[in-house]
Amino acid sequence: MKRIRTEPQLHQDGRQPSIIHRIWNTPSLLVGSLMFVVLIVLAVFIPYISPYHPSEQNLSAFLQPPSAEHWLGTDQLGRDLFTRLIYAARTDLSIMVLAEVVPFCTGVFLGMLAGYYGKWVDTVITLLTDTFIAFPFYLIVIIVAFASGAGERGIYITFMLVGWIVFARVVRGLSASFREQEWVASAQTLGLPGVRIILRHLLPNVLPQAVVVLMTDMVGLLVAIVTLGYLGIGIAPPTPDWGTMISDGQSFITTAWWLSAVPGFAVVYTGIALSLVGDGLADIWRKK
Amino acid sequence: MNTSYSWLVTALLRALAVILFVVTAVFFIIRIVPGDPAKMILGEYSTPEAIKSMHHTLGLDLPLWEQFVRFVKTLFTQGDTGNSIIAGTSTRELIAERAPVTLLLIVMACMMAIIIALLLATLAATHKDKLLDHLIRIFPTITLGMPIFWVGMLLILLFSVRLHWFPVGGVSEGWIGTLYSLTLPAITVAFSQIPTLVRSLRAQMLEILESDFVVTLRAAGLPSRVILFKHVLRNSALPTLMLLGVNISYLIGGTLVVEQVFGIKGIGSLLFTAISNRDFPVIQGIALYCAISVVIISLLIEMISWWLDPRTKGKQ
Repeated sequence: MKRIRTEPQLHQDGRQPSIIHRIWNTPSLLVGSLMFVVLIVLAVFIPYISPYHPSEQNLSAFLQPPSAEHWLGTDQLGRDLFTRLIYAARTDLSIMVLAEVVPFCTGVFLGMLAGYYGKWVDTVITLLTDTFIAFPFYLIVIIVAFASGAGERGIYITFMLVGWIVFARVVRGLSASFREQEWVASAQTLGLPGVRIILRHLLPNVLPQAVVVLMTDMVGLLVAIVTLGYLGIGIAPPTPDWGTMISDGQSFITTAWWLSAVPGFAVVYTGIALSLVGDGLADIWRKK
Repeated sequence: MNTSYSWLVTALLRALAVILFVVTAVFFIIRIVPGDPAKMILGEYSTPEAIKSMHHTLGLDLPLWEQFVRFVKTLFTQGDTGNSIIAGTSTRELIAERAPVTLLLIVMACMMAIIIALLLATLAATHKDKLLDHLIRIFPTITLGMPIFWVGMLLILLFSVRLHWFPVGGVSEGWIGTLYSLTLPAITVAFSQIPTLVRSLRAQMLEILESDFVVTLRAAGLPSRVILFKHVLRNSALPTLMLLGVNISYLIGGTLVVEQVFGIKGIGSLLFTAISNRDFPVIQGIALYCAISVVIISLLIEMISWWLDPRTKGKQ
C-alpha cells in the first residue's frame, strides 16, 4: 500500500541539513540557551555557591553597597542581595514553567479543535477568547489572583484561566490553514477519525509555532508573576521573589537604588534569554 | 453594498455578545472563587448573625438567578454595580471621579507611543540592515521582559531623583501642572507598547517602501523625503492605529499598575484600595467599565479602519 504523505513537505532539494548543523548556525538560539542555562545552574547550585541563607538577617550590616563579601550588597535587613536574587530565580522560574503547563495544553488543544472543526466549535471558542481578551490582562490577573488568595495557588489559577488564549488563537489560525491542505484531506478520505487526525497529524505541525509562542509567553508570565509580587498579591514575603524584592527596595531608591534595579535586571536577563531562544527556534523551523 | 453592511452588523453583534459574556463573567467571578465575600469583608472571626445581615445587604441571600437579574438590571439602567461597601457612595460616582486622570494618562501614552514608534520605525526602515536598524530591532527583544513598574521606577530614579526634571510622584494642580506631572508616567506606559509597534511598523514600512507605487514615485523623480512623509507615513498610520487598538487592553492594564508607581489617584489606586478593603462592588465596576471600554474601542477602531481602507470593503 502506498504511503500517504501526511506532513507538508517543505524541503524540495532532498538534502536536509542535520539538526546539529542548523542549531549551530542559529546564534540567537545558542546565546539564549547559554544565558538560560547559566541562570538554571546558578539557581540549582546556589546553596553551594553562597555562604549565606536567603532569609538570614544581619542587622549590623544592612544596606551595604556591593563588596567582595556581599557581591551585590545587602538589603535593609542585612540579607545578602546576590543570594536572595538567585533563590528568587528558583521560586520565580519554577512557578513560571509550572504555571505554563496547563494553559499551553488547553490552548493548543482548543485551538486545534476550533481550527479543525470550524463551524459552531470555532464560534464558541472564538467568543470565549474574545471575551477574555476584552479584559485588560493585568486587571484580570490582579482580580483573580486577589480573589483566589495571594501566593502561588493564586498565580496558577489565574494563568489557568487566562493563559491559554494566546496559544488557542495562534494554533486556531494554523490549524484552519492546514485543514485546507491536501494531507489533511487525504487523511480524511482514509476515514481516519477526527481525534486521530488532530493528535497524530495536526499536533506535530502546529507544535513548533506553539513552542515559539510559549517562549515569548513565558516572558510575559514571568513579568506578571513579578508584578503581582510587587503589588503584594503574588508570592508571600518570606519566600524570595524578584517582585517583592523590587517593591522592598523602592523605599530606598534614593540611597540604595541597586536594591530595586538588580532584581529588575534579573527579570530582563531572563526575558532576553527566552526571547532569543524563541527567535532561534522560529528561525530553525522556518529554515526547515 | 449589502455585504459591507452585513459585516458591520456581524461586528456589532459580536461586540454585544462579548459584552454579555463579560458581564456574566464578572458576576460569576466572585461566586466561583473560594471564600465567602461577607466573611472576607467582616473578617475570619465574625458572628453568624453579622454574616447573615451582610449577606442581606449584599443581596447574597437571594437565589442566584435573581441576583444576576438584579446585577444586570442595575448595570444597564444606572451603569452601576452597587454601592461601595467602604465609601457608601455608588461605584459609578467613584469611577467617574477617578476616571479623568486615568483617561488623560492613557491618551498621552497612546500619543507618545505612536510618535516614538513611528520615528523609530522610520529610522529602521530607511536604514535597513545598517547599524541603526539592528539596534532598533534588538530593542523589542530587550524590552519584552521589562516589568512596567520597574521601568517607571528607573525613570523616576533618573529623571526625578537625579536630574530633578520631573516630580517624583503625584499630580500637580492646573492644566499645565497635570500634563507636566503625567509626562513621566505616560512615557512609562508608552514604553511598554513601543516594541510591538516598532516591530510591525518597520515590516509594514519596508513593504510599502518596496511596493510598486513607491518605486513609480521614485522613478518619477519625487524626492525621498516627500515620498516618506506624504506616502509611506500616511499608509503606515492606519496599521499603527489598528495595532494600538488590539493592544488597548494591555495598555489599560499597564496604566493601572503605573499609576501605583507614580502615586496617581486614578482608577488604578481605586482598584487597589478596593482590593485591600475587599470592596467587591467597586472591583466589579472597574472590571466591567474597563472591559466594556476595551470592547467598544476595538469595535470603533475596526470600524474606522474598515471605513478608511477601501481594500477591506471589497473583501468583506
